[in-house]
Amino acid sequence: MTTVEAPVPRQAGRGRRWSLPDKGYRGMLAVTAVVFGALAVWFLVSVTIQAEPAFSTLGFGWIFGGTWNPSHGQYGLLPFILGTLESTAIAVVLAFPIGLGTAVALAFLVPSRVRPILSTTVELLAAVPSVVYGLWGLIVLAPVFRSTVEPFLTSALGWTGLFNGPDNGPSLLLAGVILFIMILPTMVAISRDVLIVVPNEQVEGARALGATRWQVLRKVVLPGARTGILGAFTLATGRALGETVAVAMVIGNSPYIAHSLNSSAATIPSLIVNNFGESTGTELSALFGAGLVLLLIGILVNSAARWLVWSTGHEGAGVEVGR
Amino acid sequence: MTALLESPADPSVERRRAVREAAASTLRRRKLGSQVALGVCWLFLAIAVVPLIAVVYYVILKGLPAWSVDFFTHSTTPEGVPGGGAWNAIVGTVVITVIGTAVAVPVGLLCGLFLAESQGRAASTLRFTADVMTGIPSITVGIFGYIAIVRNYHYSGLAGSFAVGFIMLPVIIRAGETAFRGVPRSLNEAAMALGARRATIARKVVVPTALPGVITGVLLAVARGLGETAPLLLTIFGNQYLEWNPTKPMAALPTLIYSYSGQPYADLVQIAWGAALLLVVVVLVLSIGSRLLAAYLRKEHR
Repeated sequence: MTTVEAPVPRQAGRGRRWSLPDKGYRGMLAVTAVVFGALAVWFLVSVTIQAEPAFSTLGFGWIFGGTWNPSHGQYGLLPFILGTLESTAIAVVLAFPIGLGTAVALAFLVPSRVRPILSTTVELLAAVPSVVYGLWGLIVLAPVFRSTVEPFLTSALGWTGLFNGPDNGPSLLLAGVILFIMILPTMVAISRDVLIVVPNEQVEGARALGATRWQVLRKVVLPGARTGILGAFTLATGRALGETVAVAMVIGNSPYIAHSLNSSAATIPSLIVNNFGESTGTELSALFGAGLVLLLIGILVNSAARWLVWSTGHEGAGVEVGR
Repeated sequence: MTALLESPADPSVERRRAVREAAASTLRRRKLGSQVALGVCWLFLAIAVVPLIAVVYYVILKGLPAWSVDFFTHSTTPEGVPGGGAWNAIVGTVVITVIGTAVAVPVGLLCGLFLAESQGRAASTLRFTADVMTGIPSITVGIFGYIAIVRNYHYSGLAGSFAVGFIMLPVIIRAGETAFRGVPRSLNEAAMALGARRATIARKVVVPTALPGVITGVLLAVARGLGETAPLLLTIFGNQYLEWNPTKPMAALPTLIYSYSGQPYADLVQIAWGAALLLVVVVLVLSIGSRLLAAYLRKEHR
């Protein structure tokens, strides 16, 4: 019989490396947490303070003014608010059905062998910087839109009044389409995540009752994942609302209310990024004010999205891909 | 002998038969409907894949010819002057991202530890704040960087690092928390039973065990920080010349792509494509690498 010699334990508290006492350790963590909280508060407060002169000299009415002409003291934000909402609307109207259909296909239809490859690819595409999508949109897609897509839409759907006017290339429609391509991976990846957590027993139970595959999806899987899908949708919306460069590159940047989808337009982020360099005084403050409006919309949309994704109990689904 | 069960008087058997007949009579229609609906899903998958592949295809097609020796060794030249590369922008992006990461990672991971180890209102408020901050419009962070740093200091790489770090911070916090929470309770309790202090447990048990998740989260945050454009447009000003000093105005790859994309000069647009390819390659390498590394570390750990 061999005896195993137990290693002599080092005396507690006399390790080679110094270690913080528990109170100090907890204190250090709490301090970092406070630093982060303070940063977030500082962020909100400083943008508000810098935007304040615009509100005090122009009142609150400037937010809904229709004309942006700083040299005449006109700072109407409405064209940009509308541009932001319209481009986002185009993007989510396209991304919702196509993203959801893609997520369903990825989660249930694609052969299980290719499934992980395709899913990983989608998640990787969510990480491609938005400026790359903008570059592609401006140089590759804009000429196609000018020469083919917009003339076609004008002749086919011109009676709706949505596609009137000259064919620009860079336009509200192109911005919406680029945003759609950009938010699609986010939408697909999160929807797929919430679709596959629907319990297998429920799916098999429904199949055993004689439901077709589509009926199982319609009546069991989609209702079960409804809140999570809504959360994915809202997160993607938030991303589209806040996107700056990809939109600024393809929307044409004209400070007027767009009269058709073929018109060039501008959004709040594109307004800020295009005018920031040359602005001073009230105009700069108005840009900060525009930023504040955008920030508040962003906080609202993201709070709603987080709350929805959280309440499906699939915490953190959006973290890795939720750019 | 089963007369009792088949007796027409039994309502449940009647009902069962009615249901079976209804199911049989609608089977063809339901099957067709199912096929059509699933076909639409396939179609949507195809619609989704085409533009995404097209983006990657064009970035490679147009970016690769831009990758010359000059691209990686020369700085940008003024408009109209041929030649030049993106070396100053590469250096700028590396310096800005490294500084931003160096600050955001320790703060973010400590906050993640705090969230993983505490309950209560303060922790959930902080968690919610971090979650909301991962999605706020990045241009507003640029405004913050301008107000906080540029106004009091000047346009500089550091102001860009501040903005990029601020964007990475909530991502690192949540990824860190998720990783730290995944450490089994039993490991924690065993270490406590040995009389270890909490700081020792964190250093020797929690952090090493959670390392795969932490690394994945940090690399994904870096990948995100690398591509951020809007915050840099308001903070770093840009620079035609090579600049290693982060207290000076700097160039960066995303802002270079943004400003060169609309130029009428073909060679500048080509440099923009080259920069786009470089960004995409680095971001993909980081994303794929983080997955592989995490998988490898998990295997090692067992």
